[in-house]
Amino acid sequence: MKTITEKILSTHAGRDVRAGDIAVVDVDIIMAQDGTGPLAVSQIKKLGFSKVANPAKSIFFIDHAAPSPRKELSDSHKVLRDFAKESGARLSDIGEGVCHQILVESYVCPGDVVIGADSHTCTSGALGAFATGMGSTDIAVGFALAKTWLLVPQTIKVNFNGKLGKGVYAKDLIIYLIGKITADGATYKALEFSGSVSSGLTIEDRFTISNMAVEAGAKAGIFAADEITKQYLGQRGRAECFKEIRADEGAKYEAEIDIDCTEVEPMISMPHAVDNTVPVSKIDKVKVDQVLIGTCTNGRLNDLKIATGILKGRKIAEGVRLIVVPASKNVYIEALHAGIIETLIESGAAVLSPGCGPCVGVHQGILGDGEVCLSTQNRNFKGRMGNPDAFIYLSSPATAAWSAVRGFIADPREVL
Amino acid sequence: MENNNRAKIKNEGASLNGNDKNNKDDGMMWGRGFKFGDDISTDLIAPGRYFHLRSNLPELAKHVLEDADPEFASKVKPGDIVVGGRNFGLGSSREHAPTIMKIAGVGAVLAKSFARIFYRNSINIGLPVLVCDTDKINEGDMLEIDLRKGVVRNLTKNLEISFNPLPEVMIKILSDGGLVDHITKNKGFNL
Repeated sequence: MKTITEKILSTHAGRDVRAGDIAVVDVDIIMAQDGTGPLAVSQIKKLGFSKVANPAKSIFFIDHAAPSPRKELSDSHKVLRDFAKESGARLSDIGEGVCHQILVESYVCPGDVVIGADSHTCTSGALGAFATGMGSTDIAVGFALAKTWLLVPQTIKVNFNGKLGKGVYAKDLIIYLIGKITADGATYKALEFSGSVSSGLTIEDRFTISNMAVEAGAKAGIFAADEITKQYLGQRGRAECFKEIRADEGAKYEAEIDIDCTEVEPMISMPHAVDNTVPVSKIDKVKVDQVLIGTCTNGRLNDLKIATGILKGRKIAEGVRLIVVPASKNVYIEALHAGIIETLIESGAAVLSPGCGPCVGVHQGILGDGEVCLSTQNRNFKGRMGNPDAFIYLSSPATAAWSAVRGFIADPREVL
Repeated sequence: MENNNRAKIKNEGASLNGNDKNNKDDGMMWGRGFKFGDDISTDLIAPGRYFHLRSNLPELAKHVLEDADPEFASKVKPGDIVVGGRNFGLGSSREHAPTIMKIAGVGAVLAKSFARIFYRNSINIGLPVLVCDTDKINEGDMLEIDLRKGVVRNLTKNLEISFNPLPEVMIKILSDGGLVDHITKNKGFNL
């Protein structure tokens, strides 16, 4: 009787492993990005390797500062381009999009072990994979050997039951959960998302939830691979990689958390912590200077559709800057075809090329002193968006879009 | 077995911080405590606005912990000890965070708990990270760490604080000198 984590890690360890065991496991997919990749490359070289063990599934992404805003970063990008060529690894260059989105679109299959030098690597758990973030040195070893070591984590089962109310989305559920269990409530653990709401969520909604598992400290945030997963992989032309994965009846969980989604309202994380949460209906009036819709958390087609549903025929408030960043080239093209980009631009948005955008604080929308940003990203730590004297609030795309129109943080149920 | 390994790490931990007074075979470490609160994120340790300095670690180290304490980088001396609260190092996977702490001279980090990726990164690069009750330490207290005995002595307050032993697997990696050396020495994992 195993959890999803125990099943996947047993397969990859070549023996039966349980929570608490230390296991050296085979890794299917290894990645780094332009913030962590150059250090990984120097560690690979220090290990004495010039090739990667599994070139087709070793990927360097240039997404965090893409295109480069500074010469130092241009040089770092060159390190990745040159090493990819030399080692045989894949390169995902500017304009392709955020690493986590491209991984789920084109690489990850249910049952895979995925490691990445980026904390939000847990996003891929939504496809029924075991996916976790590590630092550059761990990832360097992963590139070199296609192996890593792991403490098989205990699993906390999160049961999302009930019904989602009007204006309540996956983002609100995960913010609500993190507020409940706190920013270290799942440290070293895997979260397994279950319950009737979870099994009905679209794959995009699942990506949003798995993406933020690390904001509760979790090592992984996993959904069962089911019919919805199968449909998604089919749409992406990858039907052959589907396999059903779910936990055994009677699997041992460290804890179970029951969330009645009927009671969840549109949620906000307030500065400077993701677990500093409040329902939008209870927040004091907060004027916003900038609104960001995008990132690996909420930059997908359905997110942009929800935003344009609110923005169509409206203009953003005077004094507000709305920045929209599609998470990938595919999302961008699909949004163009659906007329979404045009609607966004007409409402007053600045639409950027696919990538991390201003979320990491490097470029494309750094906040001024005392400014407030409402963002659909996953993290609102002090200094996150490039200025320690600015304030970041987090919400769903619906709340973000409506707030851009009102000019202050506003409840999307007013308009839906 | 564990004691032997522990003795080895002590030496490793001590030699890694490059400070003469700490560079003894008995693995003892001394330093002033710099106190921080709960939830010190890697954004506070290695701010995103210095992203372009990640290829120039000595320069990035001049901004270590800047958004938690703007004076820290100018005050820290080799061997000094960073003392945090809960969930130290949460957030981004950037290994640059523990790396620049080490470059700035930080000998060890004590905290009530660590975020997972930061903890693993620190061991991989050879920065000792120890879990203990940090309420008994104030800013500026002189601390002595005895890795063999698993004890932090607060010399200013004249009291002892025990710390949780490192997991066996971390001891193996640390005693080999970090993950790169572990892999090189063993031609793969030997955990």
